[in-house]
Amino acid sequence: MATSSVNAGVPDLREPAGWRRAKNQIMTGLMGLAFLIILVPLVLVIYLVIQKGSAAISLNFLTKPIPPNVFPLSYPNSGMGPAIVGTLEITGFAALMAIPLGVLGAVYINEYGGRSVLSKVISFMSDVMTGVPSVVMGLFIYTVWVLHFGYSGLAGSFALACLMLPIVIRSTFEMLRLVPDSLRQGSYALGATKSRVTLTVVIPAAVGGIVSGCLLAVARAAGETAPLLFTILTVETTNTNLFSGANTALSAQIFANATSPYAGAEARAWGAALTLIVIAFILMVVARIITARFTRYSR
Amino acid sequence: MEQRENEITAKVTVPETATGRRPGSKTGSTVFDLEKVSVYYGAFRAVTEVSMAIHENEITAFIGPSGCGKTTVLRSLNRMNDLIPGARVEGKLRYRGAGLYDVQASPTAVRRRIGMVFQKANPFPKSIYDNIAYGPRINGIRGKSRLDEIVETSLRQAALWDEVKDRLSKSGLGLSGGQAQRLCIARTLAVEPDVVLMDEPCSALDPIATGRIEDLMQEIKSKYTIVIVTHNMQQATRVSDRTAFFSVLRNEQPGRSDTRTGVLVEYDRTASIFDNPKDERTQAYVTGRVG
Amino acid sequence: MSTVVKAGPAHAAGPAHPLAHRRPLGDRGFALLALIAGLLVLAILVGIAVSTAQQSANWFGSIGLKGFFSSTWTVSANTFGPMAFVYGTVISSVIALIIAVPLSIGVSLLLTEVLPRRWARPIVYVIDLLAVVPSVVWGLWGILVLVPWLQKIYGDISSGLNGIPVLDSLFGGPNTTGASFFTAGIILAIMITPIITSLSREVIATVPAIDKEGAYALGATRWEMIRGAVWPHSQGGVVGAILIGLGRAMGETIAAALVIGDSAEVTSHLFYSGFSMPAVIALEFGEASGEFRSALIGIGLLLFVITLVINLFARAIVDRSARKMRGA
Repeated sequence: MATSSVNAGVPDLREPAGWRRAKNQIMTGLMGLAFLIILVPLVLVIYLVIQKGSAAISLNFLTKPIPPNVFPLSYPNSGMGPAIVGTLEITGFAALMAIPLGVLGAVYINEYGGRSVLSKVISFMSDVMTGVPSVVMGLFIYTVWVLHFGYSGLAGSFALACLMLPIVIRSTFEMLRLVPDSLRQGSYALGATKSRVTLTVVIPAAVGGIVSGCLLAVARAAGETAPLLFTILTVETTNTNLFSGANTALSAQIFANATSPYAGAEARAWGAALTLIVIAFILMVVARIITARFTRYSR
Repeated sequence: MEQRENEITAKVTVPETATGRRPGSKTGSTVFDLEKVSVYYGAFRAVTEVSMAIHENEITAFIGPSGCGKTTVLRSLNRMNDLIPGARVEGKLRYRGAGLYDVQASPTAVRRRIGMVFQKANPFPKSIYDNIAYGPRINGIRGKSRLDEIVETSLRQAALWDEVKDRLSKSGLGLSGGQAQRLCIARTLAVEPDVVLMDEPCSALDPIATGRIEDLMQEIKSKYTIVIVTHNMQQATRVSDRTAFFSVLRNEQPGRSDTRTGVLVEYDRTASIFDNPKDERTQAYVTGRVG
Repeated sequence: MSTVVKAGPAHAAGPAHPLAHRRPLGDRGFALLALIAGLLVLAILVGIAVSTAQQSANWFGSIGLKGFFSSTWTVSANTFGPMAFVYGTVISSVIALIIAVPLSIGVSLLLTEVLPRRWARPIVYVIDLLAVVPSVVWGLWGILVLVPWLQKIYGDISSGLNGIPVLDSLFGGPNTTGASFFTAGIILAIMITPIITSLSREVIATVPAIDKEGAYALGATRWEMIRGAVWPHSQGGVVGAILIGLGRAMGETIAAALVIGDSAEVTSHLFYSGFSMPAVIALEFGEASGEFRSALIGIGLLLFVITLVINLFARAIVDRSARKMRGA
């Protein structure tokens, strides 16, 4: 035990009883171990996707039509072109719908709703909505749209937009909240109307964070599969007409090929996976850069 | 009071609570010995070449204008500055002869002996009982009767026992500002430290609560050594035996606190500092010409 | 609209205008637009409930309350008892939580309390990377890599545990297969770790520094400080974060669909093939029609309700603990 310093003239300032220090170190070690464990699947997945995916990627791959599953990877003029087009147009249109509506929704909650019950309910429910499973969104659009108007890329966009909406609302709301009130006051004092204040002062002040939040929502939507299964009726041809006819997307193709026994289909799936990850990764990096550069107001 | 004295004396022989406090040693022996101590935050020198000795069973006050390093020096006495990345201490800082910043010295051991009360009371979100028992528990004391004893003793020392004895299981967060601060004092006393450091403990309190705490300090001073940072000169005159006046280095640019380096200007018995200060800066400050 | 939307804070309207008392049309229109956008959230939630209920009414009607709690699912016989899928969802999610929670809390403590800012940032990037990998890619990796690899391991474990009472019924049995409840649990754990970690981090970061200093000033080691000052503050929020992770795990469709197997059986054997609510919907919907389809949509409604309740609960807990932290 510690020396009784009634005897010693000088106090003993060394570490306290061994077990306390040991416990501290063990716990810290466990935390580090937790991180390493998490690292393992990430590294494995990224490594494999890059390794197998890059074997498939080529200019052809990115542009040529999708062959039947049986065909090997080396089949000439084959690739995932239609899927890329599909992902871009479906996700793009979804963003076009979800972003303005999401920003407006956040504007309502933060700028107009104030402390009203309605605003609190909307804010709470949009948080809750982020937890709605993507398959449920797909079913929803299936029942209200597809049953009446058939499969189309548009239906897929609706489903993805429903998924993105609460995410955009939440991240925009957080950004709007950080805009200092003095900015608004200054604008009002010049005689501006509320809409003008919001559009010309508040949103521009928060735009960095808003954009980065939207990019992350888009990245998430691009990778979603389940909502598309019920809405676009995965086909293998390019369909640039978003509004009619079945369509395809990278995520849907990966899903379709994942269970195929053919090596060619599998290889194409890895290629599509790599493409998808690269798209999501680029969006994430751009979002981070924008956050770092443009969100000074939050500090 | 005598009874308490004997109890505390008797406890010193229990190994885990060894504090280095020597029973029956006369007041006047040195607890802290600072020799040209400078504290840096990164490249910025916050306080320069402080040399002073802090004496046992006395209340020493650090006074001076804002930003001149009083709190920095205080926090270096129990190595709380270690928590700030980039902080380092140069010079010699000895605690009862042991080097406080020696390689083998452990911050946790240091802080067990040198406790601290903060400017804003910070009770844990636990019951009053658990707040006080936290320190003893992490030092291995488990028995309920022993803990009960410690809790009561500490609360009595902090003059809080009568007010909370019937609600020990209620949350510490529900106390008023003055009570919460006394709770924090009790919590600090529960680990039987040798020294109690106080960083402007009354600045957030009303005059009545302040008075209570100042009375407290006088009561416990015979068992502990107290160092207090205060902005309130009257408080310094009321409670302290010695006072150290800090200011900024001459020729520093006024108004930019991130370039101001603090320096110890004068350190003497409180009566001398306030009645006939030797340095003109001290005089200017205590007479209110410079704040 | 009767919403009372003023032209801004009353005291900042600038010099009084003797002119317009009425707000310009554009301004009111904008306010209206914002309101509609906000209401859209509620509309969608209600829409989901209503439309799926409508489409599955057929099925609910025909199975009745008793059939609802059965786990007999035979397409050919038009019997659609959903419990096997509920079971699968719950089991795989619970496994995911058991794996993910210690890991997530460990990492979030690592990031907030242990590591200096410089080291914390790259680790946050790693967590974000984990989150950005689409679920279908996890599923692809799961089914092509993890499943075959685990198949063998499961086989070894189960033969090793042969005969031991409780463990045998959990991990034993002759029909172990790579695509199973446990594998789904693993994949789900990987997928929910980022959200639990980031929500926990937010909660833990709000613990006031002064509380932590108070613990340190009593001579606590870092772990003792975490237990004494950080944990009591953040436990509510962390529980909420865990529940949100649970909701995510239950609703995760694609990755689970690919690795959970395809057997609608209720069994205690975790290494056996199973099924989950979202998985069955995703996999069987294409060929389903009539009452089958109605049943699948009904399962979707069930999933919606369950995750909604969990999320309501979770958000309420998080909000309440945030309020509590501001003083009793």
